Amino acid sequence: MIQALAFYLFAAVTVASGVMVISSRNPVHSVLFLILAFFNAAALFVLLGAEFLAMILIVVYVGAVAVLFLFVVMMLDINFVELRQGFARYLPIGAAIGLVLLAEIFLAVGAWTVIPVTADSSITPIPPMNEVTNTHALGALIYTHYVYLFQTAGLILLVAMIGAIVLTLRSRSDVKRQSVDEQNARRPEDVVEVVKVGRGGGV
Amino acid sequence: MNAVTSLPVMMPASAEIFLAIAGMVLLMIGVFRGESSLRFLSYATIATFAVAAILVVTQGGGGEAFYGLFVSEGFAQFAKILILIGSAFAVLLSRDYLVREQAGRFEFPILILFATLGMLMMVSANDLMSLYMSLELQSLSLYVMASIRRDTLKATEAGLKYFVLGALSSGMLLYGCSMIYGFAGTTSFTGLAAVFAAQTGVVPLGLVIGIVFLIAGLAFKVSAVPFHMWTPDVYEGAPTPVTALFAVAPKIAALALFVRAMMDPFADLIGSWQQVLVFVSIASMGLGALGALVQTNIKRLMAYSSIGHMGYLLVGIAAGNQAGVTGVMLYLATYIFMNVGTFAMILAMRRDGRLVEEIGDLAGLSKTHPMMALALMIFMFSMAGIPPLAGFFGKWYVFMAAVDAGLFGLAVIGILTSVIGAFYYLRIIKIMYFDEATQPLDDAVSQDLRVILYGSAVVTVLFVLFISPVYDAAKVAAISLVGA
Repeated sequence: MIQALAFYLFAAVTVASGVMVISSRNPVHSVLFLILAFFNAAALFVLLGAEFLAMILIVVYVGAVAVLFLFVVMMLDINFVELRQGFARYLPIGAAIGLVLLAEIFLAVGAWTVIPVTADSSITPIPPMNEVTNTHALGALIYTHYVYLFQTAGLILLVAMIGAIVLTLRSRSDVKRQSVDEQNARRPEDVVEVVKVGRGGGV
Repeated sequence: MNAVTSLPVMMPASAEIFLAIAGMVLLMIGVFRGESSLRFLSYATIATFAVAAILVVTQGGGGEAFYGLFVSEGFAQFAKILILIGSAFAVLLSRDYLVREQAGRFEFPILILFATLGMLMMVSANDLMSLYMSLELQSLSLYVMASIRRDTLKATEAGLKYFVLGALSSGMLLYGCSMIYGFAGTTSFTGLAAVFAAQTGVVPLGLVIGIVFLIAGLAFKVSAVPFHMWTPDVYEGAPTPVTALFAVAPKIAALALFVRAMMDPFADLIGSWQQVLVFVSIASMGLGALGALVQTNIKRLMAYSSIGHMGYLLVGIAAGNQAGVTGVMLYLATYIFMNVGTFAMILAMRRDGRLVEEIGDLAGLSKTHPMMALALMIFMFSMAGIPPLAGFFGKWYVFMAAVDAGLFGLAVIGILTSVIGAFYYLRIIKIMYFDEATQPLDDAVSQDLRVILYGSAVVTVLFVLFISPVYDAAKVAAISLVGA
């Protein structure tokens, strides 16, 4: 009973804040509602017994992604009123595409006949939840059975990093850059000059 | 839950592991030695590809690795050798360009290396998850390379367009994968094949939708109609050596992945996907031939030409038999040399030191540069499929496979569109040989380009002598995937 109540509470808040994300006029409010939606989704994960995913959602999405969004929204001077101008014009076609996709999902769900899964086609049975924590179970899989995918993900991130540097880093001649070696090599006697200033005179 | 204490099987993936480590080492060398290391890194990358090719050849029968997420057999090895050849040519083609245009960034060969790594992994993907991951590794490197000249408007436009549409296609691919997983309960190709082989009766609609979305995502990567819209713009906007890479290696990888996805997990559902592929193939052949007729930019023309070629290659997949796969592999082997040679020619088209890209700039080439005109004529005849040049044999085998599979209409349409396509290839030859030059192209062509241009022309002409060993190798590769 309590669990059902909690589920409906969190689910309702998630959906409501999702609606607010796209409908609020102030983009900063949108991001804040997005964070609220993330928190409630995390609570839903906890209810499902997926505590690791819940924590990751908060750490990664609230801690990093949402804060990044806030930065972008505040730093870029985007005129959101202008962005919304085409909204009414594109609404019919957008709604039509959405309806088609919805109809397709209903078709697919209506025809849902899951092919019987044989025992050996599922290589990774779900461990009993009261013996193994989520984190342990995921870790035991990611670093063993799925080490190939894990390493590939690492390579993709490496390429993303190289790409970001290649496309944005430029050496500018009009910017003074700090040179630690040069700073450390400076000696006081080279740069400090003791001047005796006479009374009533300047340097 | 028992902890796994033994290392996974890794030997079949030796070439990929070597490439990954070599890529990181070369990146470090580049970072510490700066822009001056471009020349060294280019040659080191080619050497890395050579070592990887040796590792691929010497790994014998191959087999599954990493708990079945990765598989290497004759088919994968054949495709990997082709990809490594294509990428090595792309590095060679780019060196001269990067130095001349002062766009030399040492990351360029490294990005080609990581893209190639992604392509090799695509060919060996044996799971929907490894399919997606390897595809992203490849695509992400290519997006960056398309816009590597970020201070030119066209290159950034090409990069952005490629990125946005590529992300959309990845979304479709993932949607399809999730549908397939939902209906079959496994992502492994081996597992999927087992599930579908045991399945009787009507194929669930949701599964068909999933397969169609998967095909849509893959069709985008091979630029088949109706997912081709990005190709002309990206080909035109990207720097020419990058276009030369786009036209060859990623196409081979995506097509090999396409063949594996259709022939391995979904082989028993051929009734569900064959008609889709027949449609995509006819549309690609038709649009490739008709779209190219009105082009004036030679890079755009090559884009439409590659759309057409993808249509012919898809004929082989649509046939869905061993002969079709053999035809596709043989076609790809000839496709490399025709394309690399043509792009070497495009890179050699300079006037007053600046690259020119209009087809009209080729006018009178036969008088100013008779050897280059002869080489380009060979490539054009070969792409049009005139016997006894290399391009003829690829078309011959895929059309024969289609006839074997009873797809007579597809074969007839293929032959008709190659007649239409021959028109625009012949138009280039006509411009070179019968039009008067307004202003001749530069004489100075770098040594690298000359070697690639004449070397590919010789291979294209003499391919007829090596047809039987290449055909046998392609057949062995096809049998290793689909059985005799």
